[in-house]
Amino acid sequence: MSDAAASSAARAEILARIRAARSVVPSAGTGPSAVTEPEPPVVTVPRDYRGPGAAAGASLADLLADRLADYGALVRRSPAAGAPAAIAAVLRERAARRVAVPAGLPADWIAALPEPWPDQPRLDIAELAAVDAVITSVTVAIAQTGTLVLDHGPGQGRRELTLVPDAHLALVTPGRIVAAVPDAVAALDARSPLTWISGPSATSDIELNRVQGMHGPRTLIVIILDG
Amino acid sequence: MTGAAGANAPRGVGHLRGDTPFPAAAERALTDAQLRRNLLRATSTIQAKRAQAVAELDDWQQLRAAGAAIKDAVLAHLDDYLLQLEEQVTARGGTVHWARDANEANRIVTGLVAATGAAEVVKVKSMATQEIGLNEALAAAGIGAVETDLAELIVQLGHDWPSHILVPAIHRNRTEIRDIFLREMPDADPALTDDPAALAEAARRHLRRKFLTARVAVSGANFAVAETGTLVVVESEGNGRMCLTLPPTLITVMGIEKVVPAWRDMEVFLQLLPRSSTAERMNPYTSTWTGSVEGQDFHLVLLDNGRTATLADPAGRSALRCIRCSACLNVCPVYQRTGGHAYGSVYPGPIGAVLTPQLTGVADNPTLPFASTLCGACYDVCPVAIDIPSMLVHLRSRVIADKAAGRRAPTAEAAAMAGLAWTMRSRRRWTWALRAVRLGRVLGWRQDRITRLPAPMSAWTASRDVPRPPRQSFRDWWARR
Repeated sequence: MSDAAASSAARAEILARIRAARSVVPSAGTGPSAVTEPEPPVVTVPRDYRGPGAAAGASLADLLADRLADYGALVRRSPAAGAPAAIAAVLRERAARRVAVPAGLPADWIAALPEPWPDQPRLDIAELAAVDAVITSVTVAIAQTGTLVLDHGPGQGRRELTLVPDAHLALVTPGRIVAAVPDAVAALDARSPLTWISGPSATSDIELNRVQGMHGPRTLIVIILDG
Repeated sequence: MTGAAGANAPRGVGHLRGDTPFPAAAERALTDAQLRRNLLRATSTIQAKRAQAVAELDDWQQLRAAGAAIKDAVLAHLDDYLLQLEEQVTARGGTVHWARDANEANRIVTGLVAATGAAEVVKVKSMATQEIGLNEALAAAGIGAVETDLAELIVQLGHDWPSHILVPAIHRNRTEIRDIFLREMPDADPALTDDPAALAEAARRHLRRKFLTARVAVSGANFAVAETGTLVVVESEGNGRMCLTLPPTLITVMGIEKVVPAWRDMEVFLQLLPRSSTAERMNPYTSTWTGSVEGQDFHLVLLDNGRTATLADPAGRSALRCIRCSACLNVCPVYQRTGGHAYGSVYPGPIGAVLTPQLTGVADNPTLPFASTLCGACYDVCPVAIDIPSMLVHLRSRVIADKAAGRRAPTAEAAAMAGLAWTMRSRRRWTWALRAVRLGRVLGWRQDRITRLPAPMSAWTASRDVPRPPRQSFRDWWARR
């Protein structure tokens, strides 16, 4: 049997098994005497949990900053107009010079970088491993869980860009912070690849000791811009 | 052929059947004091953290009810959702394959890897690929599989088996891990210490080279959204992101029950899973992708391997709601003492005790439904409200019925129950029987408990101790008071 024929036979059989499985009623046989399929039950999903738009507490930016710090991220606050100065300051502090830059980042942010490495043409893996940091915007930030979501559009770049470098500097612009997970899910387009980041990479696989920084960036720096 | 309501996972492939029945394996595990210390420390730590993470959300019970209902809706219309998923993934440039069982899935993946010419694949921790024994199948075809999750790497390099769904190397301490690394990693620094940070750094260097050169990655999936064709992988270390992003070919193997109807449903599961599993508000990394992204060649393998057989039992099918968080393992008094290996399956603990026998058929795992005290702690913590205790009782009756069907004489258990019923029907016989029990005191004189009853009751004491009967029964004491 060719691969295609085998796959289509497997597909037909699995679907038939599923349909037959539903027709089984307790203590009935599965032969010809089996009860014919009742309509599958209509399951109503109760959605009385806090959905999108549920009232948020105090300041979302304060909560986000608190939750990010809890994960071990380095958090800075700055007025939106002060973004270039805040970027320059935090990079100087970390002695980070070479910074990978995705297309579509605001020009004044790039101007603040000591040594920008634009991803055009694409940086290769060795170059990505050689930069001191990568800088991006974020699509949505979730205050309650301290999560940054990237959709890898303009200002964020392809997925390797924020994965291979050892430090990730993310800027949260005003209006991007939502209260909780349901707000984020509602705001995001599932058809873009998404990366949800909650603190630096970590493992607890050795005697449950938390070790920060396995394979992703070992340092996560977040600048929250207040509008 | 078609029309049969589900088929069990086949024998001779994969890891759903241990070579020792649970009672014997558990007895062996109980003698390992170090293992019990490691397990108790680990499980109680995660348990306490989980309770805290869950208490932060005042709508947890509502989320839990929604999670259960979404999964039930999936199971009621599984064929429709799988077809929708296939259509969406295909429309976005991915290729969907269907595998009736472990052998078929292994053949498909091996064929796809062989077609790329790659001699090695990198793997993201995946229960489904462990279940089907994919690494062994790849090895038989001359293809190496590198586990990239730290705990899975420790298990793989130690030529060992995972013992926990979330923390597979929970049974290893840091010194054992250092020794494994020094022995098995050619590039490890001979001066490596047993500091967890140093061990993690050694693994990072070892794996970085693998990630950068791998041409094929194999992953599992936590969720697949039918409406959009989106796959979701939830992880901590970033090895998942490496595997999902860098290699030009990605093969994802997922059980057919992992599909969810709509993108919106992720608002429920991305709250339930991390808090139940690693006890965090959110896990460090979640990746979602739809079809072929950034030029990657994407294959999705949909696996049955006993899931349709599980679906066919109305009293057992809700085991398929499981999102593999492992909260039930950590609270289980049996798991806490025996660890995962005793269950003989990649799915240990309470969920394993109900899922494994359904995937294989109860005849192949008849002891697992009895590996529980029915205390109900697993049901309380389950984020999708699987009533594991009731299901255990149901499966016990299936095991008994299955045994009875295969023999003409009643089982010892059935005979004993019939005898007990006869005794209890008469007041005189019952009083006499209670007095007779006192004679049993002689059996327990040495340890003040009875560790072995004479046949046929020896079957009962093979895995249990019986308390030494008192000098006087309550009824006698009451009568003479």
